[in-house]
Amino acid sequence: MIHYLSVNGLVQAAVLQSCRISDLVLAQQAEQLEQTPEKVYETMAQSLSVMRQAVIDGTYPDLRSTSGLTGGAAFKMKCSVDDGKNICGKMFGSAMVKALAVSELNAAMGKIVAAPTAGSCGIIPAAVLTMQEEHRISDDTAVRALFTASAIGMVIAQNASISGAEGGCQAECGSASAMAAAALVEMAGGTPQQVSHACAIALKNILGLVCDPVAGLVEIPCIKRNAMGTANAFVAAELALAGIESAIPADEVIIAMKRIGDSLPVSLKETADGGLADTPTARKLQEQVFGKQE
Amino acid sequence: MNVFDIIGPVMIGPSSSHTAGAVRIGRIAGALLGETAVKAEIGLHGSFAKTYKGHGTDKALVAGIMGMEPSDGRIRQSLVLANRQGMEISFYEMHIDGAHPNTALIALTGRSGKNISLEGASIGGGNIRIHKVNGMEVDISGAATTFIILHNDTPGAIAAVTQFLAGQNINIGSFRLSRRQKGGLAVMTLEVDSPVSTQLNQDLERLPNIISSTVLAPQ
Repeated sequence: MIHYLSVNGLVQAAVLQSCRISDLVLAQQAEQLEQTPEKVYETMAQSLSVMRQAVIDGTYPDLRSTSGLTGGAAFKMKCSVDDGKNICGKMFGSAMVKALAVSELNAAMGKIVAAPTAGSCGIIPAAVLTMQEEHRISDDTAVRALFTASAIGMVIAQNASISGAEGGCQAECGSASAMAAAALVEMAGGTPQQVSHACAIALKNILGLVCDPVAGLVEIPCIKRNAMGTANAFVAAELALAGIESAIPADEVIIAMKRIGDSLPVSLKETADGGLADTPTARKLQEQVFGKQE
Repeated sequence: MNVFDIIGPVMIGPSSSHTAGAVRIGRIAGALLGETAVKAEIGLHGSFAKTYKGHGTDKALVAGIMGMEPSDGRIRQSLVLANRQGMEISFYEMHIDGAHPNTALIALTGRSGKNISLEGASIGGGNIRIHKVNGMEVDISGAATTFIILHNDTPGAIAAVTQFLAGQNINIGSFRLSRRQKGGLAVMTLEVDSPVSTQLNQDLERLPNIISSTVLAPQ
């Protein structure tokens, strides 16, 4: 029986049974949810389909958010990639397109999968679907990788937080990035230890990031931070797959994230009172959307 | 906690609290009315009042009243759809002392002239709490199968309901009672451990002193 109390616990269990982390998670979740493994798998497969559709819907050129503040970035990025103009190559470019598309679709009241939250919903689809396309990886491997990502998310939720209001953006985009890095490593055939190192590296790079949404809306800077979180997931997975280890183990990084989140002032935890939300331009945009506030 | 709390739910954006949770509050109000709404007056408190336009909270609440789920692609057009079916909708900003920042007060009038009101809060991650039904205190999370039963405050009304459920082999997980005044309108809310059929609820509704019974499926 596995628990989701530590990343190390998941790694040790997978090593002991010579299997992937996802194999253990799928079996355990079926038991916990009192459903067949097939049924649990099918639910996750449906989420992957929603993610794929969100990329398509989010790339529409005229897409605009409900507030009118954002939209169209994914389409611009796609044009750049299609024209061969983006400087980081096709794979990286198309990952950016997906991250922006799903996040912009969320802001435009489109259908998405919270992963782990709506504000960070672009990172995991961008990483997993791009990896699938570029390396011809099966749907089955992709769906299973989402179980590994979820397991990492559960450990973070239990030991720290996945909510911006509690832990800042590090808890939302940081967690999503760590989860995505874990999924990428498993999809690439990495070991459970490498999954853990990728998770640690991804999270270390986003520690301290505050949640300061302009006008309190899930748009600025959230959408672009989804692109950043995706890039970070690939960096972390790439390093881990090359055999580079995180000096600080994943579980200690998660505790550090929790402590950092606790010491952040409330103004930087989704209240739209500090950081970018308190800049002159942000206040102007806020007035533009909601009118003058007392 | 399970994997689908982490990767999931499938929802219409942009916010689990301001959009998905708002749909759920609206759904319960719509279910309680039990017929097509012709009029909806919606009060918004706190963050709901300040940011509802940017988060689509208005569309989400109305979509819920119309019976849509948080993943329904029509949520974005709900105000237009409601208008087309003849629902008169108004929003106003309000203040309730001590209320959760994401609180809505929904008053609905149905086609037959039936009126209901409901006060609920979206407490994060798409989870909700209903605090009042027709001005009477309740505490509904919607996580279990829930009965909302309006009845006359008279001896035997509660016993009749619990005996009826016992006879159907339905176990009660929680029970709460509230009333407007002695001998007046009262509401009992019961969470039960098994699913309930429409027929069973209709039979319950025919018990003496029961005004109406609404069953909410777990969400």
